[in-house]
Amino acid sequence: MLRGVLGKTFRLVGYTIQYGCIAHCAFEYVGGVVMCSGPSMEPTIQNSDIVFAENLTRHFYGIQRGDIVIAKSPSDPKSNICKRVIGLEGDKILTNSSSDFFKSHSYVPTGHVWLEGDNLQNSTDSRYYGPIPYGLIRGRIFFKIWPLSDLGFLRDSPNGHRFSDD
Amino acid sequence: MAQSQGWTRRYFRAFCKGFFVAVPVAVTFLDRVACVARVEGASMQPSLNPGGSQSSDVVLLNHWKVRNFEVQRGDIVSLVSPKNPEQKIIKRVIALEGDIVKTMGHKNRYVKVPRGHIWVEGDHHGHSFDSNSFGPVSLGLLHAHATHILWPPERWQKLESVLPPERLPVQREED
Repeated sequence: MLRGVLGKTFRLVGYTIQYGCIAHCAFEYVGGVVMCSGPSMEPTIQNSDIVFAENLTRHFYGIQRGDIVIAKSPSDPKSNICKRVIGLEGDKILTNSSSDFFKSHSYVPTGHVWLEGDNLQNSTDSRYYGPIPYGLIRGRIFFKIWPLSDLGFLRDSPNGHRFSDD
Repeated sequence: MAQSQGWTRRYFRAFCKGFFVAVPVAVTFLDRVACVARVEGASMQPSLNPGGSQSSDVVLLNHWKVRNFEVQRGDIVSLVSPKNPEQKIIKRVIALEGDIVKTMGHKNRYVKVPRGHIWVEGDHHGHSFDSNSFGPVSLGLLHAHATHILWPPERWQKLESVLPPERLPVQREED
């Protein structure tokens, strides 16, 4: 009786480890489903939307301007942020609001990216904490699956004027 | 003929089953628990690579210890380089968030380490590309904690978490 139970327990543990490892490999190297919270990416992504994120682009260093990425927060490594890539290394970035009279520029350092939320009024992003290292990027969001009324590939940035035009 | 076909199919199925079990488990183990790496460069002399390019040390990298991003001052850690995401660098943790460090060669004389960041330095000052060049690094870039030297056999040892006394932070967070 005891041997039967022990055998079943071991088999259960074995399957859990096996499927846990397959899940880790899938999330780490392929992609997964993510729920976003917060208003900083409106109207492209609303609070509590569910999106699909892929991790292949980041592993091959193919993240481009205009991509929406998930990254680890620079001030809290256990939480994630979801923003759009405005500038890559070497790009010239407007660091203040375009309504200010004196425009101040800075260049994105090597190995870093400049992120901004689509909802510029209500987003804590690189305008607040500066450019973040590329190594913090976890994945690229490319498809929304919930709400069903908004199913599909994600729109381009509503803030096209923020992109550098060199 | 039918017998050898059956054998091939059984072999193929066994191979697939083994493959799909072994590869994810091995990859997960190397990503989440521990792996080994060869150290290159002289930035951590004399603790690592004292022989220069003649013999590179091989260290055991422990991912499990940093799964909650908990590090202590004096730990030797590996992290993704903030200047080149394709490269990993191995340095010693000098200061944690909230500490004030007296820098060596940084543009500011004193730096307060921001929340969620750490200050890392190589033991070989002057020959090290570390926080004195690129400033405090975010904890999200932390990769692993180097705990032991595994090779060459005469250098087999546990790496101690010791802060060089001249590099103690000017002010610690607990004060």
